[in-house]
Amino acid sequence: MASLIELANPTRFMRLSAVLLPWMLGAMALALAVGFYLAWFVAPADYQQGETIRIMFVHVPAAWLALMFYSMMALSGIGTLVWRHPLADVAQKAAAPIGACFALICLLTGAFWGKPMWGTYWVWDARLTSMLVLLLIYLGIIALWRTLDDPSRAGRAVAILTLIGFVNIPIIKFSVDWWNTLHQPASVFRMGGPTIHPSMLWPLLILALGFTLLGLSLHLIAMRAEIMRRRVRTLTILEAERLDRLAAQGAPA
Amino acid sequence: MSRAFIAILRRDLALAARAGGGGELALVFFLTIIVLVPFALGPDLNLLSRIGPAILWIGALLSMLIGLDRLFQSDEEDGSLDLIRASALPLELAVLAKGLAHWLVTGLPLALAAPLLGLLVALPGAAMAPVAGTLLVGTPALSFIGAAGAALTASLRRGGLILPVLVAPLTIPVLIFGVSASNSALGGTIPFLTPFLILCALSLLAIVVGTVAAAAALRQAE
Amino acid sequence: MSEPHRFAPLRLRASGLACRRGGRLIFEDLSFALAGGEALALTGRNGAGKSSLIAMLCGRLRPAAGEVALDGADDAPLAELSHLVGHRDGLKTALTAQDNLGFAQDCLGDPGLTPLAALERVGLPHVAALPVGYLSAGQRRRVALARLLVARRPFWLLDEPMSALDLAAQAMLSGLMQEHCRMGGAILAATHGPLGLAEARELRIGA
Repeated sequence: MASLIELANPTRFMRLSAVLLPWMLGAMALALAVGFYLAWFVAPADYQQGETIRIMFVHVPAAWLALMFYSMMALSGIGTLVWRHPLADVAQKAAAPIGACFALICLLTGAFWGKPMWGTYWVWDARLTSMLVLLLIYLGIIALWRTLDDPSRAGRAVAILTLIGFVNIPIIKFSVDWWNTLHQPASVFRMGGPTIHPSMLWPLLILALGFTLLGLSLHLIAMRAEIMRRRVRTLTILEAERLDRLAAQGAPA
Repeated sequence: MSRAFIAILRRDLALAARAGGGGELALVFFLTIIVLVPFALGPDLNLLSRIGPAILWIGALLSMLIGLDRLFQSDEEDGSLDLIRASALPLELAVLAKGLAHWLVTGLPLALAAPLLGLLVALPGAAMAPVAGTLLVGTPALSFIGAAGAALTASLRRGGLILPVLVAPLTIPVLIFGVSASNSALGGTIPFLTPFLILCALSLLAIVVGTVAAAAALRQAE
Repeated sequence: MSEPHRFAPLRLRASGLACRRGGRLIFEDLSFALAGGEALALTGRNGAGKSSLIAMLCGRLRPAAGEVALDGADDAPLAELSHLVGHRDGLKTALTAQDNLGFAQDCLGDPGLTPLAALERVGLPHVAALPVGYLSAGQRRRVALARLLVARRPFWLLDEPMSALDLAAQAMLSGLMQEHCRMGGAILAATHGPLGLAEARELRIGA
């Protein structure tokens, strides 16, 4: 716990993250390079879906990461509300656009995959629909961040919204599944599930690792940028006040 | 005089681009409505595709209404409206500048996003351009009818609640001709141009009437 | 600024003004005149109608009786010849001080000082690039007052201009007002305290 509090110090975080970032970026480049090589050249084309199966290698990790980043935001939300952790709302603010991007990538790749498979870019499949709802929740959180100007007030409000969303996501997922089974025509293709072949599983796992590292690196970079943005904001206000006092002393009435 | 016009236009665009500007929120709201409809109707793509233009138009109309209450209210609250009133620029032209800015940050993006969101409701390819086109010429009417309502409620604290009630009934003709023009592109007995040209006329009329009415309402603020 | 040129001689005459708000008579039979080079301090208890009178002069409120006439202006309404600085400061918090003043200049026309020079006059050159939302109440009030300088208008209608200002800033504002009067401009200021203008007349309403 003591080390966690030390890490919470933004100055220490800036130093640590500066050391950590190059290593993460290097590992990410390696994992992505190996993963893409395996996915492109080694993994076989699917006997049913042909080459389009390769979209899965981006689609599935993006879906995982969209969920992972939301869970991270929910954790940070608890950090903001319960422990008043000074970095928690920074972490949360930085995570939202990244998570939203992964959700969007998941939806777009899903659409590109759907066109050859289903003959249309979009079907109201339970999984895709839940992801779309997740994207909407992300967008709402980003909008709230953008609307509230003062970071500390915004942090609390967004933390509450994130946690409401977190509680709701399983309920939404359940309802969407229910809605979908009520309506869904049976002919829709279902993805392979657990019977995935090892020659595909390995590239998928390596790419998932690579994309996770990519997401985390982006997250660190965004957090650093946010910390600096807040410092600049505070310093500018202080500087304006200081110059004001100087001017008032310099030109007494 | 044209300098003041451009200044108002530029300022409103700059404000929209800053934090909390209404433009992107309207887009998100548009997306939300399009997502909600299939949950009510069921995911039957044939059904959705048939009523796709109607869904998109309803979504765009509602998205235009949210945030509209702030069009003049924020200027009234912080006193910028006094500045605009003190300008030599006729109030009508000031309203025109603000309405134009509102359309540029809400109506235009909605129209451009409509074909993309159309994918969600399996809008047929042949209907995409007509839907975007009708929204492009129809949304100015919504902006300016809305501007008149926003001017009437500018000094009311609860303006945000009453505004949609005032404005929504006035938008019915726009909705009728917007949807029927989009649908006629999909087939049917009416040629596309008939409702489309009526829609254009409605927009032009709304720009004139809305501007004059909003300026009159702002002059009578107290 | 180039050669400081004087304003054309103008004379504002208000006769028999009455103000009624919400069915209540605020004041009636108020007459006064204000010519170029003069300053008028508008005093009276809270609720006496000082702000209402200013709203009336800038055309936002219709008088219940009486009229306001302007001699020397060819048909331009008073609102287009006057500056208004009131409780609502007319600043957008998301825009910088400089952008706000630039907007005011474009809106009001007849440009005077540049926004930067005006900020310098009110002692705030260092906040030019800051969003107004970051500024303190006194700083915001001074940015609003800088508006008086970016566009040249003969009448200044000020509602409690000294509020939120510290002593140095009050002296600065007094200096600005004296200069405006010297150039043939006229000032009407609702106030509770002294304006720092030796020659200001006092108009007491709602006695």
